[in-house]
Amino acid sequence: MDEFIIRALLAGSLVAAVAGLLGVFVVWRRMAFFGDTLSHSALLGVAIGMLLNIGFMVGVIVSTLLVGIILYLFQRQRRVSNDALLGILAHSGLALGLIALSFVQTQNVNLEDWLFGDVLTVTWTDVATIAGILLLVVIVMIWLWHPLLTLTIHEELAKVEGVNVNLVNMAFVILVALLVATAMQVVGALLITALLIIPASAARSFAKTPEQMAIYAALIGIISVLIGVLTSGYTDAPAGPCIVFASAAIFFASQATRLIQR
Amino acid sequence: MTDSDKILAVLKHVSLSFEKRQILQDVSLSIEAGKVLTIIGPNGAGKSTLLKVLLGLQTVDSGEVSLRANLRIGYVPQSINIDNTMPLTVKRFVALGGKGDAVKVLDELKVGHLVDSSIQSISGGEFQRVLLARAVMRKPDLLVLDEPAQGVDVMGQGELYEHISQLRQRYGFGVIMVSHDLHLVMAKTDQVICLNQHICCHGVPDDVSRHPEYQRLFGDMPDAGLAVYTHHHDHTHDIHGNVVPENGHGEDCQHG
Repeated sequence: MDEFIIRALLAGSLVAAVAGLLGVFVVWRRMAFFGDTLSHSALLGVAIGMLLNIGFMVGVIVSTLLVGIILYLFQRQRRVSNDALLGILAHSGLALGLIALSFVQTQNVNLEDWLFGDVLTVTWTDVATIAGILLLVVIVMIWLWHPLLTLTIHEELAKVEGVNVNLVNMAFVILVALLVATAMQVVGALLITALLIIPASAARSFAKTPEQMAIYAALIGIISVLIGVLTSGYTDAPAGPCIVFASAAIFFASQATRLIQR
Repeated sequence: MTDSDKILAVLKHVSLSFEKRQILQDVSLSIEAGKVLTIIGPNGAGKSTLLKVLLGLQTVDSGEVSLRANLRIGYVPQSINIDNTMPLTVKRFVALGGKGDAVKVLDELKVGHLVDSSIQSISGGEFQRVLLARAVMRKPDLLVLDEPAQGVDVMGQGELYEHISQLRQRYGFGVIMVSHDLHLVMAKTDQVICLNQHICCHGVPDDVSRHPEYQRLFGDMPDAGLAVYTHHHDHTHDIHGNVVPENGHGEDCQHG
């Protein structure tokens, strides 16, 4: 097997596994649109990172956190509904990102790579960076698991039971922002949400506990990456869409087995 | 136990309004260890908001809320909607509330057979008991219940109240609960407060089994844990919620 395929499999599996872990909460809390907002506006982060020469990952982390803060501030008013606000931020982030990227064309930017990912070109340094960031995400997530689960079930009950709801919510947004930053090279800004919600939704059919659902989602994510990257490597189809379509196929298969079992 | 230990929570002259709409007006009350306080009142009277103030979920415009140091609270919220996408058993849901024996408490509340059921599949009445189990398992000093008998028929209501009072005897916690019924309250209630933004009246409930209305309705049925509260207001409210003296005339009105 070619080394670039191994690098792609490693980077992709790491991202997909952690996406599954966070994705179950995105599904339980009905935050799919929120995932879109963070990942679409990440394109702006790529442009910021390049223009300021601080690397795209730092740029993406900065831009997604910025969007998180704007969301938090806007949620205090009631004149614009939450999902409209998410849509406004998602698309203004995407639009501004496309405009900004047009100014960095000198650096040989391939827009498609940022929209749909380009996992076959990751370097060993990229793999190491992704692994480092995601290790941090997993550690924080383990620590956050119980309070996050409690507040997902009922925020006020969690508050009364001593959960620092604001802190936990903020931490979760930061974790999603970090994941988005690592996923940009794997599936790109437009398909990141798919990695969050599709494996988690597929896992629901088999899971009996919240923890099982998270682990199954991570496994389904890894399997999707294996199928997607290998398909892409041998057919020259783009890797990001191949990964996402593989996970979608698993999702539909899981729904079919559920229908048959009934 | 000193006197100050007996007082679990005190509200002093609490007032609160949302966008110029008065929700609570000069409400004072105190909750004692081992006692049951029931709050009744019409829709929009501020009952749930009062509980939220007590729980620290809602800040007040003026007044004082003080809880005894290290007060452990068990909270039973009005309704919980757990997303179907989360696989969660009843047992796990209760266990998430804290340390303790979830199965034992569920058994005590006669819902032990549901431990392995999915939380989304149980009925409204069963859910109320499961919520109660979760709150009780935390070994609270104070149990806060927001309309625990909502959506439960009169018999079920009495049974639920009976369970609460048995648990109170066993664990010794104080109880503050909001009742959705203006007249039927838990039989073991030590004090009833009728709230309509401000405290309209307060007192103790009558023994339900001696109440003629109850006997007319249910005949010789055993005491179902319910009691009737007789209001004794010295005023009524107009359509805007303003206080109107009972005789229907203004305060300055001098005739008959």
